[in-house]
Amino acid sequence: MKKILLAGTILILGFAGVIPQLLAEEQVNSLRGDHALDENSIEPEMKNWQLDRDPIARDHVKQPPLIPHKTQGYTINLKFNKCMSCHSWTKYKDAGATKISQSHFEDRDNNVMANVAARRYFCTQCHVPQVDAKPLVENTFQPLPTVK
Amino acid sequence: MSLKDKYKNLQGWLAGFSVITLVVSAFALGIIFWGGFNWTMEMTNTEQFCISCHEMEDNVYMEYQNTIHYSNRTGVRATCPDCHVPKEWGHKIVRKIRASNELLHKVLGTINTREKFEANRLELAQHEWARMKKTDSRECRNCHSFDSMDYTAQGRRAYKRHIKAVDDGQTCIDCHKGIAHELPDMHEVDASVVVGQKSK
Ligand code: HEC
Ligand code: HEC
Ligand code: HEC
Ligand code: HEC
Ligand code: HEC
Ligand code: HEC
Repeated sequence: MKKILLAGTILILGFAGVIPQLLAEEQVNSLRGDHALDENSIEPEMKNWQLDRDPIARDHVKQPPLIPHKTQGYTINLKFNKCMSCHSWTKYKDAGATKISQSHFEDRDNNVMANVAARRYFCTQCHVPQVDAKPLVENTFQPLPTVK
Repeated sequence: MSLKDKYKNLQGWLAGFSVITLVVSAFALGIIFWGGFNWTMEMTNTEQFCISCHEMEDNVYMEYQNTIHYSNRTGVRATCPDCHVPKEWGHKIVRKIRASNELLHKVLGTINTREKFEANRLELAQHEWARMKKTDSRECRNCHSFDSMDYTAQGRRAYKRHIKAVDDGQTCIDCHKGIAHELPDMHEVDASVVVGQKSK
């Protein structure tokens, strides 16, 4: 009898939301911080794309270099790849751009294509333009001194 | 009534008017026709008119909305006629007459689906490229010109090539294809800007 009473009380308290409330005391902070759910979130400041500049130093071997220029409006679709209009082997000299790496011509079976391979076609999968933004998570990566 | 009589009759009829009335009414008619003509020219020179055909609205207009000439930092917009219809009177008339070809193809349904449009796109684009090349990109230069560019305010990729372009006599469309719409399939035009095929 007593056991049933106890269980009943716990259940009722639980449903009344006491238990969740007690548990919530030690809340884990999500990425949105301790900002209440029903308040409007704080708008992050808008960032501008960085202007064209020198190539950005690479941190490790085989790193896809970051894009040191604006890329808004650059179309990449089945019919045309804007990036290649400056980075292809026939265009890079006139454009003063870095020649696209030959590694980009190989498909996954090591066949060498006549131009950029399908798996490297969507450049911005790996190469990204930059804004001046603080990283959300601290990064302590250091390149090996020998390959710096 | 013989032809001569008819002529006499007309003369008599005309005599009823004073010379002044004649001149004035001719003048008035002229204004009406001229006004109507100009009005038609104006009406057919708006974006609204261009996209009244779904061929224009569903394809090029949709794509143009994602570009800098539709929405940009300064809020100045370039519309279809700004780039496609000459401002100067004589050139404008010529372009308008050519455009009656579009009416014909509207009726023929040459590009009335997206598939048909894409299939014809290279040809249409090549017409535009040729036209702009021939006129030294006249419509672009109605708004932009090398002379009024502040090279120090441009990106480093831009000013280097612009300065060289002036020396080499290149024109805007040589380098700025696809500025307002998606480009046609470029496989035939330039194999270096599309995905590579297996080399044999
Ligand atoms: C109008 C020509 C042009 C276009 C289009 C263009 N680039 Fe570039 N890119 C350059 C130039 C020029 C440089 C070299 C930077 C410099 O020295 O000013 C460069 C540099 C780079 C670099 C850095 C290379 C290095 O050595 O660090 C990457 C990565 C890059 N571009 C990727 C891209 C991608 C991806 C696209 C398409 C979204 C693209 N680019 C479109 C001209 C262009
Ligand atoms: C799957 C990821 C990936 C994709 C997609 C990709 N790249 Fe790269 N890219 C890399 C990596 C990794 C490197 C550095 C190692 C190397 O050279 O292969 C690189 C290097 C480069 C370089 C510098 C070459 C040099 O000589 O230093 C350029 C330029 C470049 N890529 C342009 C492009 C362009 C243009 C495209 C799109 C057509 C593209 N990349 C697509 C990963 C990628
Ligand atoms: C009556 C419907 C219609 C209207 C209105 C219309 N177009 Fe078109 N347009 C077409 C069709 C159909 C074609 C395809 C013509 C062809 O196949 O040769 C076309 C083709 C074009 C081309 C390619 C021309 C070429 O030389 O091949 C341009 C540029 C163009 N239109 C711009 C415009 C502009 C700018 C306007 C507004 C001033 C406009 N159109 C209004 C139906 C229309
Ligand atoms: C009605 C005037 C007008 C006409 C015509 C015009 N433009 Fe523009 N163009 C603008 C404006 C406005 C901007 C945006 C300026 C800004 O806010 O940065 C612009 C921007 C540009 C840019 C910069 C793109 C970027 O990403 O920064 C290029 C390139 C350009 N125009 C080329 C052309 C070419 C090529 C033509 C002819 C086919 C042309 N324009 C016709 C007004 C015009
Ligand atoms: C030799 C090639 C070439 C020619 C010819 C050329 N441009 Fe450019 N233009 C470029 C390059 C490269 C850029 C920078 C990359 C980009 O914006 O994609 C550029 C950028 C621009 C910009 C943006 C400037 C900035 O700082 O972002 C405008 C506007 C522009 N061009 C207009 C024109 C006009 C108008 C003409 C004709 C009078 C013209 N260009 C002729 C190569 C050229
Ligand atoms: C900034 C200038 C500019 C503006 C604004 C513009 N166009 Fe174009 N248009 C071009 C250029 C340049 C071409 C040649 C093909 C290319 O390079 O994309 C072209 C090509 C076309 C074509 C041929 C098909 C194709 O895609 O090549 C049609 C049709 C067309 N434009 C219609 C329009 C209509 C309709 C509008 C208004 C919604 C418009 N254009 C606005 C510059 C412009």
